[in-house]
Amino acid sequence: MAARLAPLLAAAALVALPPLMPKYALEVLISILFFGYLGACWNILGGYGGQFSFGHAAFFGLGAYTSTLLFLHWGVSPWIGMLAGGLLAAGFGLFAGYLSFRYGLRGPYFSLVTLAFAEMLRVVAVNWKAVGSSLGLVVPNRGSAPALFLFAEKLPYYYVILTMAVGALVITRAMERSRMGYALAAIRENEDAAEAAGVDALSTKLSAMALSSFLTALGGTFYAQYFSYIDPSLTFGPAISIGGLLPAIVGGAGTVTGPLLGSFVLTPISELTRAALRGRAGADIMLYGLVLILVISFLPNGLVGWIRARRAPAGGRR
Amino acid sequence: MTWLFLQAVVSGLLLGGVYGLVASGLSLIFGVLRIINFAHGAVMMLGMYASYWLFVLLGVDPYLSILVTGPLFFGIGVLIQRIVIEPNRDAAEHNQLLLTLGVALFFENLALVLWQGDFRTVRVWYSGASFLVADVLVEVPRLVAAGGAVLIALGLWGFLRTTDVGKAIRALSEEPEGARLVGVNVARIRGVAFGIGSACVAVAGALVTPFFYVAPDVGESFNIMAFVVVVLGGMGNFLGALMGGFIVGLAESLGAAFLPGSLKQLVVFGLFVVVLLLRPEGLFGTRRGR
Repeated sequence: MAARLAPLLAAAALVALPPLMPKYALEVLISILFFGYLGACWNILGGYGGQFSFGHAAFFGLGAYTSTLLFLHWGVSPWIGMLAGGLLAAGFGLFAGYLSFRYGLRGPYFSLVTLAFAEMLRVVAVNWKAVGSSLGLVVPNRGSAPALFLFAEKLPYYYVILTMAVGALVITRAMERSRMGYALAAIRENEDAAEAAGVDALSTKLSAMALSSFLTALGGTFYAQYFSYIDPSLTFGPAISIGGLLPAIVGGAGTVTGPLLGSFVLTPISELTRAALRGRAGADIMLYGLVLILVISFLPNGLVGWIRARRAPAGGRR
Repeated sequence: MTWLFLQAVVSGLLLGGVYGLVASGLSLIFGVLRIINFAHGAVMMLGMYASYWLFVLLGVDPYLSILVTGPLFFGIGVLIQRIVIEPNRDAAEHNQLLLTLGVALFFENLALVLWQGDFRTVRVWYSGASFLVADVLVEVPRLVAAGGAVLIALGLWGFLRTTDVGKAIRALSEEPEGARLVGVNVARIRGVAFGIGSACVAVAGALVTPFFYVAPDVGESFNIMAFVVVVLGGMGNFLGALMGGFIVGLAESLGAAFLPGSLKQLVVFGLFVVVLLLRPEGLFGTRRGR
């Protein structure tokens, strides 16, 4: 009973409490949901499909740049630009995915090629004057304009990212129980066996790639609107790729709630060390490295996997 | 135009020698442990700091510092392998990849915490030395680095060919099961391989300090370059890595000469993607490793 009530209570708290929170706590919570969201997007391809992308920043950056450029040059509302960015990122994901999967890149080779694609986009953005080169782009925010995805306060941004995070979990849940979800899991466990059993591995992986990259790009637009500033290394750099991968791995890859749970553990650690060790940049990421090593060594299935194993009745596995 | 081309070829070949040594270490580790080591660049960065501090505090010449950093980083490599990687030997392939990513994040940011992000340089008396060969400028420290890197890589190749440990390493990389059956101490050899790979990259770091800045993220670009080189040369192919180093060095420096800004990197990554897609076994490899 308690196990069923807990998520509901947590959800109610996430909706009702933030208006009462101090600004700093709200910022941390936004950060938690933001990385949880990125983790959930990465999880669709990486967790369920077992295709470990090291280059999701490519999609994130495409989303951030598309909506921002449409807004700056043609006054297109970032709400619409967000969808445009998502579609562009999905297109790029299909392109990169088709090339990689068509040529049979698996495991670490897939990780390397996605890393290379993201780095290529970063280099292009750095060298392209029309998209602001390495100076980046500023999203002018002159107060509240909800139709233009601009708010004067942090709170509306919070509800946007909350909606996005919950949406990503709902989509993951629906996918997990769909034909595509089962096909993906089969591919993750043994791609050759899945194909022999009639799973179309190429189109399944491509669907996951498209969905994952589309959603990741929406996160890019959120980032641009929330921070009002983007540049090539912030959006296309490895930090974003790792920022999505890490909460998913720590929380539990291939589980619905894992990425969000992972972010609830990781992000406060990073925020607290950063606050405690002001002027010592890097301490938070150093801890991330340590946590990553410890989680893989001791909880290879992440927090959710660990909780499940503890709950499993005696005489179950092991 | 011809001059620019020749100059780019010379710079590229000199850079390529260093890439070759960095990548030889990475390739050796991949061959034996079947792990793509994301921490390789971070170990190089630590090696560069070691040489930097030996120079600043004790006045040790960066080239001489190799005598200290080589063995030191062999030990560090063995320790990383024993503490972090060996206990997870049977973990899924992608989890092992993430382990090395964790090590990289840890070391890089440890350096940032300890020494901040400042660019540091080692100014030795020969830092600016150079000479002309038919109007093409050759910088002495780059020449020494490339020559030293190639010599060390070839020496290592000889070591792998002739000694018992070397033979065990090759056996393990070519036929793990067979090596186990004939009594190779697998855990020990895996540690030795990781140690040698780490020593290689730390030595490469020492060789470049007379002309290259030292900073916490300096290893990242070398690491990515080494991935490209290793994939080009064929994963686990030692001499292939050396050849791949020259190809990538040339591609980068020709890209730098004829493309604006930092678009040279696009050439290298483009090459990387094409080779990954079309020949993941490498340019010189046989069918293996896919």
